[in-house]
Amino acid sequence: MVLKAFFPTCCVSADSGLLVGRWVPEHSSAVVLAVLHFPFIPVQVKQLLAQVRQASQVGVAVLGTWCHCRQEPEESLGRFLEGLGAVFPHEPWLQLCRERGGTFWSCEVTHQQAPAAPSAPGEDQVMLIFYDQRQVLLSQLHPPTVLPDRQAGATPASTGGLAAVFDTVARSEVLFRSDRFDEGPVRLSHWQSEGVEASILAELARRASGPVCLLLASLLSLVSAVGACRVFKLWPLSFVGSKLSTCEQLRHRLEHLTLIFSMRKAENSAQLMRKVNMLASVLLDVALGLTLLSWLHGRSRIGHLADALVPVADHVAEELQHLLQWLMGAPAGLKMNRALDQVLGRFFLYHIHLWISYIHLMSPFVEHILWHVGLSACLGLTVALSLLSDIIALLTFHIYCFYVYGARWAVPSSLRKPQSPGCSSGMGEGAALGRPWAWGPADARRAGPSPQLFIGTLLFTILLFLLPTTALYYLVFTLLRLLVVAVQGLIHLLVDLINSLPLYSLGLRLCRPYRLAAGVKFRVLQHEAGRPLRLLMQINPLPYSRVMHTYRLPSCGCHPKDSWGALCRKLFFGELIYPWRQRGDKQD
Amino acid sequence: MEDERSFSDICGGRLALQRRYYSPSCREFCLSCPRLSLRSLTAVTCTVWLAAYGLFTLCENSMILSAAIFITLLGLLGYLHFVKIDQETLLIIDSLGIQMTSSYASGKESTTFIEMDKVKDIVINEAIYMQKVIYYLCILLKDPVEPHGISQVVPVFQSAKPRLDCLIEVYRSCQEILAHQKATSTSP
Repeated sequence: MVLKAFFPTCCVSADSGLLVGRWVPEHSSAVVLAVLHFPFIPVQVKQLLAQVRQASQVGVAVLGTWCHCRQEPEESLGRFLEGLGAVFPHEPWLQLCRERGGTFWSCEVTHQQAPAAPSAPGEDQVMLIFYDQRQVLLSQLHPPTVLPDRQAGATPASTGGLAAVFDTVARSEVLFRSDRFDEGPVRLSHWQSEGVEASILAELARRASGPVCLLLASLLSLVSAVGACRVFKLWPLSFVGSKLSTCEQLRHRLEHLTLIFSMRKAENSAQLMRKVNMLASVLLDVALGLTLLSWLHGRSRIGHLADALVPVADHVAEELQHLLQWLMGAPAGLKMNRALDQVLGRFFLYHIHLWISYIHLMSPFVEHILWHVGLSACLGLTVALSLLSDIIALLTFHIYCFYVYGARWAVPSSLRKPQSPGCSSGMGEGAALGRPWAWGPADARRAGPSPQLFIGTLLFTILLFLLPTTALYYLVFTLLRLLVVAVQGLIHLLVDLINSLPLYSLGLRLCRPYRLAAGVKFRVLQHEAGRPLRLLMQINPLPYSRVMHTYRLPSCGCHPKDSWGALCRKLFFGELIYPWRQRGDKQD
Repeated sequence: MEDERSFSDICGGRLALQRRYYSPSCREFCLSCPRLSLRSLTAVTCTVWLAAYGLFTLCENSMILSAAIFITLLGLLGYLHFVKIDQETLLIIDSLGIQMTSSYASGKESTTFIEMDKVKDIVINEAIYMQKVIYYLCILLKDPVEPHGISQVVPVFQSAKPRLDCLIEVYRSCQEILAHQKATSTSP
């Protein structure tokens, strides 16, 4: 196999010295991590390498020599470099050479043992691959390859050669801690040799994060303890808590915050990304919420809103009354059963009257309620939106009632199976009684036309002829209910979006694309016949769709439980639909 | 070493294949697709603007005309950046892997690199495409679970769609490198 030498771009202009790195025999690759300059004491070099090996579990060794000089190396230098091969025995021994100011390199590989099959001499022995050490160190390959063996030098052969290179560079941070301003026994050239990179803000944040996390974790545990107390488990509060989406959203956010400020360190980078994404999502939420709050409370907008609310509710009620009057007449030219029509129409009109009285009763308190509800926006925009969704549900409660009445009685279970003794199944049983083909020997024993058969048939006929009227009412109220559900659905979609957007990962992909790597790409550099092939390895960043897919935060879980087909079937048969039902609620 | 030949694609358009032999273990094939023709661009623009003008005479709203101009511009930019591929390159490096690059008309490049450990073979396969049966070159990937199985088939030169003569040229060169790689990998 062709020998691949991975050489860092930061060492291309370094002075002559020894090549320090790791040899991966399965892929015949030599990963050069740093260049050790003359003068050095071999004993100290060996000590340093042993320390690095122990600290980082990477099999670092001297791989060969690097020569960067004005012209071709002289005889004495050449022999000196070869002599070093005896001091630091390594199989195979690499000798890289470059003219100062020249573009082309020369490589030689010496094997101490004679090769089993004669390989082609010259350019095919070595391939030089340049890589940016800082980018490879900081980047993370997706999908992450699991390298279970952390013993020095052991790599499972099933992992790709490139994953081994990334892993080697990432684990050798110990080697990069010394720079040329240190007074150490050896001088190394690597990406940090111009001075170790660090940031004061990052260090301060790291020191401060310990006590801050402790404080916030204790506060959050207090809040969760209060929330878990027995008062909330009693029937009215637990029922209300499970129905309101605000409570669900608050619980979700509390879980997130507990995870962010927990004292356990993130075990791997995926967990760390998730924590940071959650923090970014919470911060965005709060920022948007505060913007909304400042907009609402400025220029007495709440007052305007409160003033507009009651007329709007009145207007909606009036429109509903017009609709009912229209249904009580001849809607769309259809002929309805006058008596039943009047009964149903008056029944629903009375409900609307009750509702309007209720709204008028509440009208003096609306502004105060809205003001306090607006304050909840400082907890986050998602909480405000969930509250808005709940308020819409409460304000359109009458439509929900009409829908339930319509589904329960206006479409009697003519097509429904009789489920329980308590439920109305007038037409169902009537239909069962009236079937002539169910006549069997048991029925023949019954003498003459039974009273059950007579009543059953009567009921069946009456309900069948009343079906168009009741079906029309059911249709109208179902459509209204679906409209309200659609509006609530849109709000939930927005809340879900804010909850699950991985902002930090998207920002990282935008500003530091090399951190999230889907793979690598190669570019062939200027090539001359007779010289080794030179390639430049660059990071291929992850596409945005994969970033979203990999780092999406888990959402609330409030998704519609039915598919479209099941939904249509339920609507047709008059079963009640609960689109935003949470897990674990009992079915009606 | 570099040479260029012209072939044709399945619809009869002209393709230019550029072969670069960097070394016995590294070869590059670059297929250039036919450019965006002025005729089709003019035709689409005229159709869109005629339709917009027709709507304008119906509605008497000048926003329709500005909207048509914006749509044309954005559509052209989107087409050049996301759809129109100018050049497709296949770089095969012995013992490292195979890299496929697509360069779009706006300059964007999208690259995929497959390591040599995962490559089982490169073959020419037949496919039914609309009403035609066409040949295409594809890379077979090894299945990590089953040693003789194939986990994925990755087609190459998907938007250029060259004909069999061009594919045979590329196939022969790739097989030389793969054979060389298999021979050296089995020896210690």
